[in-house]
Amino acid sequence: MSFLRRNLPGMLVMGIPLMWIALFMLLPYGIIVTYSFWLKKYPTFIPAFQFGNYITIFTDPQYVRVFLRTLKISVLVSAASFLLAYPFAYYLVFRCRSAALRTWLYMAVIAPLWVSYLLRAYIWKTILGTEGVLNSFLMSLGIINEPSSLFLYNQFAMVVTLTYIFIPFMVMPIYTALEKIPTNLTEASADLGMGPWRSFWTVTLPLSLPGVAAGFTLTFCLSFGDFIAPFLVGGPDGNLIANVIATQFGAALNWPLGSALAIVMLVVVLTIVSLSDRMERKGMTGGV
Amino acid sequence: MAQKTPGLLSRFGADTAFMSFVAILMAFLYIPIWVLIAFSFNDSRSLTWPLSGFTLDWYRKLWSNSDLIAAIGNSFYVATLATVVTLAVGVPAAMVLHKFDFPGKSVFRRLILLPITLPGIVTGISMLNMFKLMGFPLSLETVILGHATALLGVVVTQVYARLQRLPPSLEEAAFDLGASPWRSFIDITLPNIRSAIIGAGLLSFVLSFDEIPVTFFLTGRDNTLPMYIYSTMRRGVTPEINAVGTIIVLLSLILIVVAVIATRERKK
Repeated sequence: MSFLRRNLPGMLVMGIPLMWIALFMLLPYGIIVTYSFWLKKYPTFIPAFQFGNYITIFTDPQYVRVFLRTLKISVLVSAASFLLAYPFAYYLVFRCRSAALRTWLYMAVIAPLWVSYLLRAYIWKTILGTEGVLNSFLMSLGIINEPSSLFLYNQFAMVVTLTYIFIPFMVMPIYTALEKIPTNLTEASADLGMGPWRSFWTVTLPLSLPGVAAGFTLTFCLSFGDFIAPFLVGGPDGNLIANVIATQFGAALNWPLGSALAIVMLVVVLTIVSLSDRMERKGMTGGV
Repeated sequence: MAQKTPGLLSRFGADTAFMSFVAILMAFLYIPIWVLIAFSFNDSRSLTWPLSGFTLDWYRKLWSNSDLIAAIGNSFYVATLATVVTLAVGVPAAMVLHKFDFPGKSVFRRLILLPITLPGIVTGISMLNMFKLMGFPLSLETVILGHATALLGVVVTQVYARLQRLPPSLEEAAFDLGASPWRSFIDITLPNIRSAIIGAGLLSFVLSFDEIPVTFFLTGRDNTLPMYIYSTMRRGVTPEINAVGTIIVLLSLILIVVAVIATRERKK
């Protein structure tokens, strides 16, 4: 009894999260792995063990195309976020001389995370649409004569929207990584006669790579699994994998195929996370 | 001197370039939000430039929309309980990561942090499959379980980061003075991580209030606010959505201020 009383807090502390993980993560993942081998049979599906769903995903051009499109969009979103986030974070850490301004600007980039994600996608639908703000604005300026449908319902709109939504996830880790670089390192390289560009390429950039890797991981994985922005601004050829998964669980009623797609997504995300983990660890030991 | 002038000039040039870049980024981030707010007060049904006139009609319409009011109520219910549950699981999980060493710890850590990078749709459909298999009817309660799972990583990272920064001497002193682990947690650790817990709780609340991918699969007949807005959007863009959006932006702003004040660490 006294053993129990002494160890009860410890057991609770360990037990609650372990049980939660087992019940709400491991068990559900196990179930979709199982379903992914099942067979669709009208009107529902039956237990089986076959790789048909996976074969379909990797050979049916319809799914291969969606898969490649999703990869392309996620890479473009990560790249665009990086190009915007890096100079910004660099400016904050190394160039901005006012601590108050630095805090404000950093907050200004992070704050949108607190504003509804759905709204941030919706805003771009209202801006880019043919009846939208951008078109009518350009028309009122006389730059274009009739509404252009160039802006909405295409991959460009998706990249803009997803970049807008996920850019804080790129800024945060890069900022943290840059902040950790001791200023005496860049000073030392300047003392050794390196120009600012060379010190940037040989000292600052390599040391900030773990942050860049973390930023790429987050923005890539989040775009890779998004189905709201494609739905709102993507248009007819804008379906990404997550939209296809959602369809399998809705109208198409093919849970086995949907589960297999989800497993593929899970594997892609896990691969990227462990690659970036490895990079971050390397950066830590190879660094200072 | 002759050497310094070009250096100064290029430094000035670089500063100007950086400033313009920052200005453009801020415009990219904030002009859309102003557009949202501006059109919520515009008296035309279509969202086209230029603005035609001022009205509060869209806000008045919100009041009489009973579906919307019900959805807001549901969202408060879901977000509150999801926050409580995710804290109840996440804080112990962070303690485990911080204090104990055991086989499989790195797997444990990875699993707990996974939902941060794992798209919500995977959490959503995997839990949907499980609930269906167990014959569990979908409801707001299943949504709460889904949110708590999806948000666990957020709580754990924030609380764990704070625990790591606590000097171990604090707890050692408590043990030396004869405090039980439970007492030392309540009297020593908890007060020191309180602001991190509040911050994590506020963030979880906001993220749960706003969540779609998990909710989409796990909700029964009841809609949360984002699900309601989402289904309205399918029918097209309307100034009512801008009005709801403006209110959400305003509330988010208030919450950010609260979070900043609540999580500010006491300066030494």
